[in-house]
Amino acid sequence: MYETQYHRAASVEEAARLMGEAEDGKFLAGGMTLIPTMKQRLASPSDLIDLRRIEALKGVTVDGRTVRIGAVTTHYDVSTNEELAKICPAIANLASHIGDPQVRNMGTIGGSIANNDPAADYPSALLALDATIITTQRSLPASDFFVGLFETALEPNEIIVAVEFVAPDKAAYKKFPNPASLYAMAGVFVAKSGDNIRVAVTGAGEGGVFRLKDAERALAGNFSPSALDSLAVDPDVLLSDMHASADYRANLVKVMAKRAIAEITNRPM
Amino acid sequence: MGVEGIGARVLRKEDRRFITGKGRYTDDMSVPGMKHAAFVRSPHAHAKITGIDVETAKKMPGVIGVLTGAELKADGIGNLICGWMIHSKDGTPMKMGAWSPLATDAVRYVGDAVVIVIADTKGQARDAAEAVDVSYEELPVVVKTAEALNEGAPQLHSEAPGNLIFDWDIGDEKATNDAFAGAAHVTKMDIVNGRLVPNAIEPRATLGVYDAGEDHYTCWTTSQNPHVARLVLSAFYNVAPENKLRVIAPDVGGGFGSKIFIYPEELICLWASKKTGVPVKWVADRTESFLADAHGRDHVTHAELAFDQDNKILGLKVQTIANLGAYMSLFSSSVPTYLYATLLSGQYDIPAIHANVKAVYTNTAPVDAYRGAGRPEASFVLERIMETAARELKVSPAELRRKNFIRTFPHQTPVIMNYDAGDFDATLDAGLKAADYEGFEKRREEAAKRGKLRGIGLSCYIEACGIAPSAAVGSLGAGVGLWESAEVRVNAIGTIEILTGSHSHGQGHETTFAQLATERFGVPIESVSIVHGDTDKVQMGMGTYGSRSGAVGMSAVVKALDKVEAKAKKIAAHLLEADEADIEIKDGDVRVAGTDKSLPWFQVALAAYTAHNLPSGMEPGLKEGAFYDPSNFTFPGGCHICEVEVDPETGVTEIIQFVAADDFGKIINPMIVEGQVHGGLAQGIGQALLEGTHYDDTGQLLTASFMDYTMPRAQNLPSFNIMTTETPCPSNPLGIKGCGEAGAIGSPPAVINAITDAIRNNNLTMPATPQTVWNAIQAAK
Ligand SMILES: Cc1cc2nc3c(=O)[nH]c(=O)nc-3n(C[C@H](O)[C@H](O)[C@H](O)COP(=O)(O)OP(=O)(O)OC[C@H]3O[C@@H](n4cnc5c(N)ncnc54)[C@H](O)[C@@H]3O)c2cc1C
Repeated sequence: MYETQYHRAASVEEAARLMGEAEDGKFLAGGMTLIPTMKQRLASPSDLIDLRRIEALKGVTVDGRTVRIGAVTTHYDVSTNEELAKICPAIANLASHIGDPQVRNMGTIGGSIANNDPAADYPSALLALDATIITTQRSLPASDFFVGLFETALEPNEIIVAVEFVAPDKAAYKKFPNPASLYAMAGVFVAKSGDNIRVAVTGAGEGGVFRLKDAERALAGNFSPSALDSLAVDPDVLLSDMHASADYRANLVKVMAKRAIAEITNRPM
Repeated sequence: MGVEGIGARVLRKEDRRFITGKGRYTDDMSVPGMKHAAFVRSPHAHAKITGIDVETAKKMPGVIGVLTGAELKADGIGNLICGWMIHSKDGTPMKMGAWSPLATDAVRYVGDAVVIVIADTKGQARDAAEAVDVSYEELPVVVKTAEALNEGAPQLHSEAPGNLIFDWDIGDEKATNDAFAGAAHVTKMDIVNGRLVPNAIEPRATLGVYDAGEDHYTCWTTSQNPHVARLVLSAFYNVAPENKLRVIAPDVGGGFGSKIFIYPEELICLWASKKTGVPVKWVADRTESFLADAHGRDHVTHAELAFDQDNKILGLKVQTIANLGAYMSLFSSSVPTYLYATLLSGQYDIPAIHANVKAVYTNTAPVDAYRGAGRPEASFVLERIMETAARELKVSPAELRRKNFIRTFPHQTPVIMNYDAGDFDATLDAGLKAADYEGFEKRREEAAKRGKLRGIGLSCYIEACGIAPSAAVGSLGAGVGLWESAEVRVNAIGTIEILTGSHSHGQGHETTFAQLATERFGVPIESVSIVHGDTDKVQMGMGTYGSRSGAVGMSAVVKALDKVEAKAKKIAAHLLEADEADIEIKDGDVRVAGTDKSLPWFQVALAAYTAHNLPSGMEPGLKEGAFYDPSNFTFPGGCHICEVEVDPETGVTEIIQFVAADDFGKIINPMIVEGQVHGGLAQGIGQALLEGTHYDDTGQLLTASFMDYTMPRAQNLPSFNIMTTETPCPSNPLGIKGCGEAGAIGSPPAVINAITDAIRNNNLTMPATPQTVWNAIQAAK
């Protein structure tokens, strides 16, 4: 690791100010991605501005069916929040399968979506839930926030404050983990609110998280696993690497989508 | 058997230290003035070095020294050696390319060490290492085992034309061809045994200290055999004569073979300590471990097995290309030859065998012994082809094996080994019963109703441990003898130290070796200490690998105990005024048999040291040493059965049950043996299902971290169903065969046989990841 200056911010204002003063600063949340990258000398921020002590960024609040998750809320806190589990168990379940216990106790939702790893779990949930990402500068829908592989709409000095969404009637997340890293090799989040069905895929897309609109259309008339029997997932837009070819990922996306719907509908595939 | 003697489940004495974080590893060692090293390593798989500019680095903060291979050579430090000479079938010696500890003219794999930087802190050393400017002229690269010998393949070493190190064979080619000529059925297969990265939990580390006052060196190192390290560092690399070099291997966090070898780093740190005048410590980070630890396996094989009308085996032909990587590591040449092809007879009576092995260079990390070392490769070839033959012949895989079992001992195979004892029916029967093999078809049908493909696979392996009779291995090309030494020191109040040349890095010697003394003298186990891992304390030893510590190391202890016992009895007979033959030592007392006359053990020891009243002419003291040279290999064997369910939609394999019925001969501590089996099975199943090493076409290691290289996790493994049968080994005093590697040797073919049975496609390579299995399912459709 190269030398760096550590700061602990008490408020978003202070964090923004510290960032403005830094030569080449980085916000630090759980550090689960940033610290290993620094240890490998692949990142060398002059300053680290720690967001984890900022009260305003912490915790889950549920108001009716509106859910707000503060940016520095850990995966563990999301996975164990009882109110959230009542109205949107799918996202709690998703959080409970991120990495391992150490990662879940340190990693945060803000860090995860700011990083926008194409294999991260949360982006699929936020896209399928049509969540709003609230930052120090604006609010924007998930579909505008996630731009590409490790790329978001965030400006350098912009801090994610929280994510907000309305809990769907029903939702499920099915993840096929990469055997080594346990990140998603194909993860499918399905959310249904009335007639509005959204299916989002992570871990597989060449350009990061994406909506599987063919599946959404097929499900509109027949919300059951069999509706996807003839779904053809196009391997041309999928990642291909030593762990999984595009063809295999295409298969996994379809299988995970069907399994998510089977869980929601409680019907066999 | 006492509660702490032979056969008792004594809890591991060393575990209190380990589980409370009080272990002392090489990186825990700290000496005054100690500085830290970082290595500049090649980013290219193959390149000429056209220049090394260290000037900027030398001026960086905290930097003490920046040293190159040219300076190393100028000081007379030698190239790395390979300790086992193999001759090709045409009689020519193996063609070994030079391996300079720091590359001077060319680099041959990603991770090849080029420069060492020493600085006040590790961070400063790394900063300065980045500032070293090495100019490279890139050369074409060959990575794949099967391509190394291709016409026009890039050449690694001028000494080895065509990248061929040796073209060796074993067995009778003509007799084997003749046997095949009369065959009723021949099964043919191409079999790949992929490359593995060892991944001990503790990365390699070393601390080199030069004492200018004494002109003496001390080397702390993560070694499985510190005495061998001293011998090689001294006699071959010219670091210092043995009496001026102390090697200490303190607590070592796992080795699996990868810490047998003498790597460039410890040698360079010792030399650099003298050069710079400061103690130099280096600790590998995980990426360096992936890149520069010796890897394992990496064979590409074609095998053919011939049967007569009656399904009796007539002959076996094997052709293997073994990838040794970019340089020949210390025992690399022995692994795909005498540790591999000599096991190709397995548990079967095979009249004729011929095996040809071509060892090749590629632009990849060196390959050497890794848990099992050659025997897993042999059992994978033989047990895969046996199962395949049974399918082709449409007979039960269990019965085909049984039909061909060796049943009389000793049995001379056509490939050197002389099996001394075994009962292969016993392990097969135990395994079949435990797995309910008979009831499998019902379980397959039931699984099919749930949409799952269920399969079962067998493996009846044999391996060779207790390496090895020194004269025998010497005649086969080994540069060292493979005996072991021990010394038993009884202190004046009866406590005991056992000094051994074996080295424990997870095996539990502090417990099992102590059990021998407890059994012998009835002293409590706490009063027995094991001393090992330091060339200043233990005179000489050959270390721990090849499951030899029990069969060879303990046998040396037994010989020393015999001598101590004999002397103690003489002293006791004298003190008790009895006949020596009537003295027995039991439960901590030394008695005259059949009388109530006795002395506590400590009084005999005390008498030996006060020397007030010893038999006339007897030397004082109670301390004896012994060397034990085995008269044969030992032959553990067993039957492993794996039952799996495959999800056809995703290719995910779940192991439903794994049965291991092993014959390890006599067992000293069943709990520790079970632990060894569990670990071995986890590694073998890891290889079968998860662990794959990928280099891209330019020789970059893609699986250089745990994010991409899949180690087995608890969730990947079933609860093992293990058991042992016992035919004592006739060649050593305890009847021990060895158990350290069996799990990793027997399990991979059982797993792959089970999956291929489930998916009805025999064309499947390891690791059988979900993607690989899914592809195989699609291909079979
Ligand atoms: C072993 C391991 C396994 C993992 N497995 C999974 C998995 O299965 N699924 C999965 O989804 N993830 C996984 N992760 C990643 C994990 O979820 C991390 O928590 C996440 O990637 C980053 O979150 P963090 O809080 O640690 O962020 P950090 O590492 O602290 O920061 C990451 C990036 O986000 C920026 N950032 C952080 N917070 C904010 C903010 N509020 N506003 C703006 N920018 C911000 C930082 O500047 C940095 O660039 C794994 C990680 C590890 C180490």
